[in-house]
Amino acid sequence: MDNNTKNTGQVDTLVQMRGLRFAYGSRVIIDGMDIDIPRGKVTTIMGPSGTGKTTLLRLIGGQWRPQAGSVHVDGQNVHTVNRRELYRLRKRMGMLFQSGALFTHLSVFENVAFPLREHTRLPEQVIHHLVLMKLQAVGLRGARDLMPTELSGGMARRVALARAIALDPMMIMYDEPFTGQDPITVGVIMQLIRLLNDSLGITSIIVSHDVQEVSAISDKIYMISQGKVVGHGTPHDLGRSPSDWVRQFMNGLPDGPVPFQYPAPGYLDDLFGIA
Amino acid sequence: MIVVDWLQRLGRNALFFLQRLGRATVFLLQVLAGIPTIIMQPRLLLWELYSVGVLSLAIIGISGLAVGMVLGLQMYTTLVDFGAAQSLGPVVALSLVRELGPVLTALLYSGRAGSALTAEIGLMKATDQLSVMEMMAVDPLCRVVAPRFLAGVVSVPLLAAIFSAVGILGAYFVGVGLLGVDAGAFWSQMQAKVDLHADVYNGLIKSAVFGLVATWIAVFEGYDAVPTTEGVSRATTRTVVHTAFAILGLDFVLTALMFGGI
Ligand SMILES: Nc1ncnc2c1ncn2[C@@H]1O[C@H](COP(=O)(O)OP(=O)(O)O)[C@@H](O)[C@H]1O
Ligand SMILES: [Mg+2]
Repeated sequence: MDNNTKNTGQVDTLVQMRGLRFAYGSRVIIDGMDIDIPRGKVTTIMGPSGTGKTTLLRLIGGQWRPQAGSVHVDGQNVHTVNRRELYRLRKRMGMLFQSGALFTHLSVFENVAFPLREHTRLPEQVIHHLVLMKLQAVGLRGARDLMPTELSGGMARRVALARAIALDPMMIMYDEPFTGQDPITVGVIMQLIRLLNDSLGITSIIVSHDVQEVSAISDKIYMISQGKVVGHGTPHDLGRSPSDWVRQFMNGLPDGPVPFQYPAPGYLDDLFGIA
Repeated sequence: MIVVDWLQRLGRNALFFLQRLGRATVFLLQVLAGIPTIIMQPRLLLWELYSVGVLSLAIIGISGLAVGMVLGLQMYTTLVDFGAAQSLGPVVALSLVRELGPVLTALLYSGRAGSALTAEIGLMKATDQLSVMEMMAVDPLCRVVAPRFLAGVVSVPLLAAIFSAVGILGAYFVGVGLLGVDAGAFWSQMQAKVDLHADVYNGLIKSAVFGLVATWIAVFEGYDAVPTTEGVSRATTRTVVHTAFAILGLDFVLTALMFGGI
């Protein structure tokens, strides 16, 4: 906490991004973002597909390096600390990939045990107890002997979540946790996120474009579009935002400041080939 | 105009190749840095030795036997014209130990194990399994690539030795068993003509170099694959093709250095 105060001047901010800029080659994906993720809360970063939400999470995790700007996690600049420090920091960040990314050659039990075996020298008995506790938390203790190919999409995500909390992280990043799930699974995952956040005090960062779910569980929402933050606040604030863009997104209107058409030459020119 | 275009394309390809070679070299150094950790954790290495080496035994053994038998037959028909059928032993042994063992083993290994390494690592990348490891503060170069690399480098010389040994047995079976070459002459001539240093060690060095190159190509192609279905399939093809070129090219260079008196 002291460290945090000194470096960021804001006691309750766990992740702080300032002037963040990132491009794949010449294609700018993130173009000057300032985002503060409060400690112990559920914060959602919301935006249409392809705006760079996954990219943003990878920047927070230090997998990719921004062209400009900084990301501080718990007071440490992710992109200037050395590799050992970065690895130490990553042990305290869980990340739930969109695909789950379970290790396909390991059983459910071994997937959850993986980070424990890699980073601790605990006796087998203790690992066994810890893994079962994590699996119990996501409701899949009974599935410990299954292989990833035998799981449904929702179960795979829950196993991945159990693995992400294996080392008791201070925060978890969820990449589109609701996308492509049936309504019951969505409900289960929403409840899990809230539960882990409130009972274990884990800071949650969700990246999503599912307005309903996100509005229901987030304490704070950032809206991003075309590389910039276009609005932020509580779900309640955003619902009554004066911004056309935010209203279009929150209400799911097909056309508005975000055009229905991908940028293209004039329709007539295109049809009649006046080039 | 066409010439300029052609030159441009050539230049671009050359630059692309050099850039890739540079990346592959940095990658190799990073993998080598992970090897001490792997030696401390032999469980991972043993598993990979099994899947890369032991599972290649069948194809190596069968191919070695077939090549040895054909070699025995072919050499016998030539040698017998010169009344030199007793030299069958050394001729077969030298061809296998110096040349055919290392080269064919490396080519077969690349098809059997190298392509599998590329596909496995490429798919792990495409399904975010490598990224998820990184985010768990586990270095995939050390945890995933280094044990596979080491297993390949260790396996290939052993496989080549087995290939040559089985090949000699195959030639013995055909030459002595079927064609009536004297068994004593077959072995004693072989013992007299095959030199431990000049032939056996050089053959081993060759296959060690081939093993390193073949495995390096395989793991790099996997790690560098475009993380899509198509990308992984292309990478797998590239592994087999590039390994073949590299092995055949290197074989000439190494042979010239070792046996050519250059
Ligand atoms: N490795 C990459 N190389 C080049 N472009 C990429 C890469 N990853 C993603 N992109 C591009 O960056 C944009 C943002 O991607 P992403 O962060 O995955 O968006 P989101 O998660 O919001 O859907 C996309 O348009 C995508 O095509
Ligand atoms: Mg995404």
